[in-house]
Amino acid sequence: MINHGRNQRLFVRDIAHARAGDKGNTSNVNIWVYDPEDFELLKRSVTPERIKREFPRLVRGTVTRYVVEHLHGLNLVMGEALEGGVNASLNLDSHGKSWSYLILGLTLDTDEKSLQG
Amino acid sequence: MAKANGTFRIGTGAGFSADRLDPAVDLAKRGQLHVMVLECLGERTVAFAHRDRMADPRRGYNALLERRMRALLPACRASGTVIITNMGAANPRAAAERTRDVARTLGISGLKIACIEGDDVTKLVQPDQPFMDEPGTLADIGRPVVGMNAYLGADAIMPALEAGADIVIGGRLADPSMYLAPLMRHYGWQDSELAKLGAGTLVGHLMECGMQITGGYFADPGIKDVPDLADCGYPIAEVSADGSAVITKLPETGGRVNEATVKEQLLYEVHDPASYLTPDVTADFSRVMVKNLGEDRVRVEGAAGRARPEKLKVTVGFDAGVLAEAGVSYAGPAAGERGRLAAGIVETRLKETHRISSPVRIDLIGAGSLFATAGKTRTDSEDVRLHVALRTTEREQADLMLWEVESLLCCGPAGGGGYRGVITPAVETKSVLIDRGLVKPTFEILVT
Repeated sequence: MINHGRNQRLFVRDIAHARAGDKGNTSNVNIWVYDPEDFELLKRSVTPERIKREFPRLVRGTVTRYVVEHLHGLNLVMGEALEGGVNASLNLDSHGKSWSYLILGLTLDTDEKSLQG
Repeated sequence: MAKANGTFRIGTGAGFSADRLDPAVDLAKRGQLHVMVLECLGERTVAFAHRDRMADPRRGYNALLERRMRALLPACRASGTVIITNMGAANPRAAAERTRDVARTLGISGLKIACIEGDDVTKLVQPDQPFMDEPGTLADIGRPVVGMNAYLGADAIMPALEAGADIVIGGRLADPSMYLAPLMRHYGWQDSELAKLGAGTLVGHLMECGMQITGGYFADPGIKDVPDLADCGYPIAEVSADGSAVITKLPETGGRVNEATVKEQLLYEVHDPASYLTPDVTADFSRVMVKNLGEDRVRVEGAAGRARPEKLKVTVGFDAGVLAEAGVSYAGPAAGERGRLAAGIVETRLKETHRISSPVRIDLIGAGSLFATAGKTRTDSEDVRLHVALRTTEREQADLMLWEVESLLCCGPAGGGGYRGVITPAVETKSVLIDRGLVKPTFEILVT
C-alpha cells in the first residue's frame, strides 16, 4: 500500500491540502488528499492523539476527528486551541487561520511498523 | 428577463464585510442572476456595528453599503436581479433608507427595498442567561453589552420576497438562509421537505464566503496554483428544483472552481459534517457528492436534513476596551538576539516599571510568532520584528505600551527601526439561546 520509493513525500502538505476555520475557542481544520491512495497514510499520520502530542501548549482541549471516507478527507475539531479565541487571543493570527499549515507541516508516518503501535 | 439553462441562479457579490466590489459589478452585469447575496456580517462585525450605532444613531450598518449599492443597483435593476444582504448589521432601517437615497440619486424609481427587523433581542434576554456552549452566564462578563442579535432564518426573509422586494436588507440574517429563502420561494419547497432545506443550506454554506470557493484563500504556489487571483471571479450557483447545484463562475475571470476548492469550503467552520445547525434545518453534509464537470464547473448533491434546532442562537456583543499593538524591526547579523533583547526590555518596563496588569504578548516576527505557542520557532532569521500586543479596558495602559515600544528607538538594542503603533477598539462576543416564540421578525417596504 505504501510506496517507499516516493520517499520525497515527507510532509502532510506533500499529499494533502487543508483549510482552517474558527468558532469561539475551537479550531477546525479540514484536510483532503490529492490522491485517494494516500488516504490511509493521511489517516495514520493525522490522529487526535498525535495532535495532542505535537502541540500540547496550543491544543488544550479535546480533539475530535471526523472521517469523510467517500471524499477522502478528515475534519479535525480542536477544542481550546485558539489561545482564547478571536476575542481574547493576542496571537497576530487570532482566528488561527494558519493552523491549516500547522497540520500540513506535520511529517508523514511512512513507517509501516507504526501500524502495530 | 430570461435566465440561462433553466436553473435558479444565485451569485455571491460579497463574502465578508470588506470584500471586493468590482468583481461583484461584473457578476451583476454578466451573471444572468436571479439573486445576488451580499454576505457581510460576522459575530464580531455586528458587535462593532453596535458600537458605531451607539456613537451615531444614523450609522451601525456596513461602511461600504452606499458604495456597493451605487455600483450594483443599475446592473441589478437592468437584469431583474434581487439583492439579499445582511449589510444592515446593527441598523437595517438606516441601511434601507440610505439605499433608497442612493437609488433616488441614480434615478431608479419604483424600487422596492425591504427592511427586515426583529433580530435585535437586547430587551428580551436576561443577564442570568447561560452561555450556549460554555459554563457561565452573561452577567459573568462584567462589561457593557453593546447589542444582542438573534439569527433569523429563511422564514424571516420569505415574506419580503413574497411582497415583491427588489432589495432585502436585514441585520443578523443567517448566512445560508439568505440563499435558502429565495430557493424555497422559487421552487415552492415546504418546511417539511428537510432534504431540500439541507440542499439549499449546502448551497448557501458553499457560497457564503464568496471567492473562498472560486480559488480565493486556496493558492499554494507550485502545489495548488490558481490563475489570475488579482481578477478572481465571485461564485455562481445554478440550483435545480431538487436542490442539487453546479458551482461555477463567470468566464474570463480569474480563479478556479474544482473539487479541491469545493471540498475545502464544504467543511469550512463546520464541526460534525452530519450536523450543521442553522435557524432553518439541521443540515447533513456527510454524504455530499462533489463531482468535477470541467471548465470551472463542479456539481454538488446529496445533502440531507433533519429538524431545525428548537431554539435560536443569539450573539451578544460586549465592549472590551481596546487592542494595542506596536512593533520595531531588526535586520542583519544577530537580528534575532537583538530582537530578543528588546523583548526582555519591554517586558521589564511594562511589568516592573509600570506594573501593567492587562494581558500582554510579545512576539518576534520572523523567529516565531503565529506558531510560537505551537512550539515552532527559529533562531537563524536575519530579519525580525518585535511585536507587542495588549488588551485592556484602560486606555492609559494602551498608550503607555506604545510609548515603551517607541522608546526602544533610543533606549533599546542597536539598529532597531520602523516603529509603528496602533490602538483599535475591541469587542467580545458570547452566544446564548432564545425561544423562537420570543423573536418576531418584521419587514417594511420602502419604495423609491
